[in-house]
Amino acid sequence: MTRIAIVGIGIHPFGRTEGVSGQDQGSYAVRAACKDAGVEWGDIEFAYGGSMAAGAADTMVSKLGLTGLQFINVANGCATGGSALLSAYSTIKSGAYDLGIAIGFDKHERGAFRVKTASTGRDWYGGTGLALTTQFFGMKINRYMSEYGISQRTLARVSAKAFRNAELNENAWRRKPLSEEEILHSAMLSYPLTQYMFCSPGEGGVALILARADQAHKYTDKPIFLDAAVVKSRRFGSFEVLAPSLALDWSAGPTVDTSKKAFELAGIGPEDVDVAQLQDTESGAEIMHMAENGFCEHGEQEFMLEKGETEIGGRLPVNTDGGCLANGEPVGASGLRQVYEIVHQLRGDAGTRQVPNNPKVGYTHVYGSPGISGVNILSR
Amino acid sequence: MALTQLSIKDTILELTDDGPRLIGMRCKDCDNHVFPYQEGCNRCTGTNVEKIRLGTKGKLWAWTVQGFPPKAPPYLGEASPEKFQPYGVGYVEIDGQLKVEARLTESDPEKLQVGMPMELTTVVLCEEDDRDLVTYAFEPCA
Repeated sequence: MTRIAIVGIGIHPFGRTEGVSGQDQGSYAVRAACKDAGVEWGDIEFAYGGSMAAGAADTMVSKLGLTGLQFINVANGCATGGSALLSAYSTIKSGAYDLGIAIGFDKHERGAFRVKTASTGRDWYGGTGLALTTQFFGMKINRYMSEYGISQRTLARVSAKAFRNAELNENAWRRKPLSEEEILHSAMLSYPLTQYMFCSPGEGGVALILARADQAHKYTDKPIFLDAAVVKSRRFGSFEVLAPSLALDWSAGPTVDTSKKAFELAGIGPEDVDVAQLQDTESGAEIMHMAENGFCEHGEQEFMLEKGETEIGGRLPVNTDGGCLANGEPVGASGLRQVYEIVHQLRGDAGTRQVPNNPKVGYTHVYGSPGISGVNILSR
Repeated sequence: MALTQLSIKDTILELTDDGPRLIGMRCKDCDNHVFPYQEGCNRCTGTNVEKIRLGTKGKLWAWTVQGFPPKAPPYLGEASPEKFQPYGVGYVEIDGQLKVEARLTESDPEKLQVGMPMELTTVVLCEEDDRDLVTYAFEPCA
């Protein structure tokens, strides 16, 4: 079976870049990835790319060069980047091509996502004052905290870790460390979550070049293998963002399904993972996703955070680049940023935020609207 | 004098003489319920469904408080930062039917608790054509 390797990575710094379109941030990342792999844009045989709010990816060929490559736009909610990566992975696996690129970028307006739920007539859902993704996250963690004994202090610990890690990441947006007290006492946005417990929609771009593993050494001395790439939608009975009603039945959300499938494909378990990037739309999400991805039991997070087990030097470092909390969430690029960080960690060139003891296996996880999850497992 | 009320969308929220009612879907094959009404069952995948008025009483299943003004549009209520008042948001479990996401009339975290009984009511969003435009909400009840 063909293995797939990531042989080149590029990023445009996350945050706010006035005067540079989302698409140009994507092109910037493409050029950086080509340079990293030592290839020209003309060598790339195919591309998958997407954004949520910054236009079609494929029109960037007018600036990168009109080489006639196969370029397919991807739009899949919060799993847009993950879907581009999965598509590139599958294309090489199929034997159709040997060298391709996955691209994600975005540029959102300030403030919480403006969700339009009606194509015709009155938008009753948003009009009512529902349809805010922040409400879902507040409700889910609020319930989870009382069910499993997670304290608000633990929420603050997650955010404090994110900003601390981001201080070490030149591509992150919010790089100023904040104390747990400052986080706890910032504005209450959606109880029990405060301002500094939420990530913000932002801007950025990431590109990843993939090749057949048996050709990877043509491009890099340190290929990172993509052992699993999985995207799944929700099943009946799960508790999801932007749902005017839920069933009485209960089933685990798409994260649990996606994670299980990814571990099955990679032939390893959560105990084998050395470093993980987990969706942290807000600090409670990181906590719940630790358990949903199989890294701990529900409720153990309280103790793990207190002991610093998810710090860069801890037992399972989580969101070493500052995660969404410190990088913001340009939806199209966000999932690929996680992979970008894991590639650095597994290559061993993550600088001052390098996870010690030569990590061998990395994990990335996205969750988002409309009840979708994407997981990637990488190794060296 | 109170203005007459106008539903935010009458296919979702009916204002009857006996109070507000939400219109949902019931699957005649598997008894699954969905709000709002849709023409297919997301449990059994069938299409043998009917439109029904959902129950008006339930128990709070999950909650938060909307602490900042939502963007307008789409929000139709008071969105200016100076005048905005936080409001509760939750899922209310209606026995034997489903969990409905709705605004709550209570916004004090000290007074909200999972499992507390709730009843359907309406809240005013704004004035439209000399009428009060209302949407559905749940309020704590005995």
